[in-house]
Amino acid sequence: MTPVAIGYVPLVDAAPVIVAKELGFAEEEGLSLSLVKAASWSQLRDMLESGRVQAAHMLSVMPVARALGLGGGAGATEVLMVLSLGGQVIGLSAECAAQAGVGFGDPMALGAALAGQDLRLGVPFPFSMQALLLRYWLQRAAPGLQPRIVTVPPSRMAEALRAGDIDGFCVGEPWGSAAATEAGARLVLTGSQIWSQAPEKVLAVRAGQGEEAGPLMRAVWRAGRWAEAPGNRATLADILARPAYLDVAATYLEPALFGRLGAHQVPQLLTFHDGVANFPWRSQASWIGAELARSCGLPLAPAVTAARACFRSDLYRRHLGALAPMPRSSDKLEGALPAAEALPAVNGRLILACNRFFDDAVFDPEPEN
Amino acid sequence: MDSALNIIVVEQDRERAMLIVDALREAGQMRIQVIGSGVGLARRVAETRPDLVLIDAGDPSRDVLEELTLAAGPMERPVAMFVDRADQGLTRAAIEAGVSAYVVGGLQPARIHPILDAAIARFHLFARMRAELAATKAALEERKVIDRAKGLLMRAKGIGEEEAYALLRKTAMDQGKRLADLAQAIVTAADLLR
Repeated sequence: MTPVAIGYVPLVDAAPVIVAKELGFAEEEGLSLSLVKAASWSQLRDMLESGRVQAAHMLSVMPVARALGLGGGAGATEVLMVLSLGGQVIGLSAECAAQAGVGFGDPMALGAALAGQDLRLGVPFPFSMQALLLRYWLQRAAPGLQPRIVTVPPSRMAEALRAGDIDGFCVGEPWGSAAATEAGARLVLTGSQIWSQAPEKVLAVRAGQGEEAGPLMRAVWRAGRWAEAPGNRATLADILARPAYLDVAATYLEPALFGRLGAHQVPQLLTFHDGVANFPWRSQASWIGAELARSCGLPLAPAVTAARACFRSDLYRRHLGALAPMPRSSDKLEGALPAAEALPAVNGRLILACNRFFDDAVFDPEPEN
Repeated sequence: MDSALNIIVVEQDRERAMLIVDALREAGQMRIQVIGSGVGLARRVAETRPDLVLIDAGDPSRDVLEELTLAAGPMERPVAMFVDRADQGLTRAAIEAGVSAYVVGGLQPARIHPILDAAIARFHLFARMRAELAATKAALEERKVIDRAKGLLMRAKGIGEEEAYALLRKTAMDQGKRLADLAQAIVTAADLLR
């Protein structure tokens, strides 16, 4: 057995790495997997860079930010595969929600209702899909509004809301549901309602460490497929709720795992596998790179080029090619698929899931010259 | 010119905070302020204008400090996580000890070393204390499980306490198992069969 340590942050979307260990997918690949819990994304990054862990369950935006020289950390990080899409929820304090008088799930109407407010919104990390989705949405749905986006550790979202430090948040489950229960937050929108296919967590390694990662990737891929099956979700909730992992009540995990926020059924709320979810599309990296370049004032073309290089779709093809059909291109037009669609692939056929932005924009992954 | 450094220690636990402050004072002349890691941390750090911020690497609030490292952060001076390329050893020692340092305004490495050395030593002590506490807790838990298993055997077989314990020990030895693991297996089985 080859020992491998994976760092993770306790969130619902850590499921693929937890299941890889708990249900023996790693063992089948000859790996003795140990999971190391991190209390913050900076700690996780340090653990990966210092070699304390060989791979990490990481925010999809972090490796790209690193490639662009943004934020802390020293070494280059590469993305081997996507672990999950979606899973983010947006909530407002009870007062803020009442003032805006908003319903659920309509980004345009919500943006309009929030116009003119002075908002402080919490996100888990400066370089996170949560921060990018909030900016993307508010710039288009509430032009004029200049929200202050601040970092709040997910487990303290409820506390920050109660203390009046923030008016709302965009955070990964189960922390949105926790803030709803513990601080009366109103969940008004999901990340998937802004972009139905936003890559949220990735499996990341130090640059150059992906060549030998085949067994780990296969184990995590099978674990993600298991976690996706609706019939396995109740068992999954039990596993994740354990003290060693998320250590929260299983009721906090159910909204994300059953796609139900309160009375609302939300399609594509959180995806672990379906719709070619695990392929690290270069076009996803392009989108993240372009958004970061825009918000940090960097030149677009080099940012997009650097971003694309750290999503290793080549390694994904090499290591998982025998297991699953592969798309012919490593790019897709993000936002261009209003409904699921089958496409011919290398060794078979693939079904891409609905991929749209709330404003019906289509993102062209090629750097603009 | 006043050259004493301004240092912030982010620590919720008062007792731990005092221990860190004591250790740092021995390392030289400096002004030290302790702030809790709760809500509003970024604002309070920015207001205090420190040269150096020390925080437990395992504190969830580290990501809040990370935000200050962004160019457009609320601090006028740049903040960087302390990664001294010239001294990989010190960086590794800090990571192992579980302390993170954020350096403001490009403070000279020579001035950081003695402070970080003192902090590392203190955090090592914390790590040891934590490990001892965890070991004590685990031992206590094991004690409880063994007692429960003993009770189950006594009831099921109508034997005395000493006999039950001897049976447990013998079975564990015969099977090459830890006593606590065997006891846990008995307790789990009994819960299932109830």
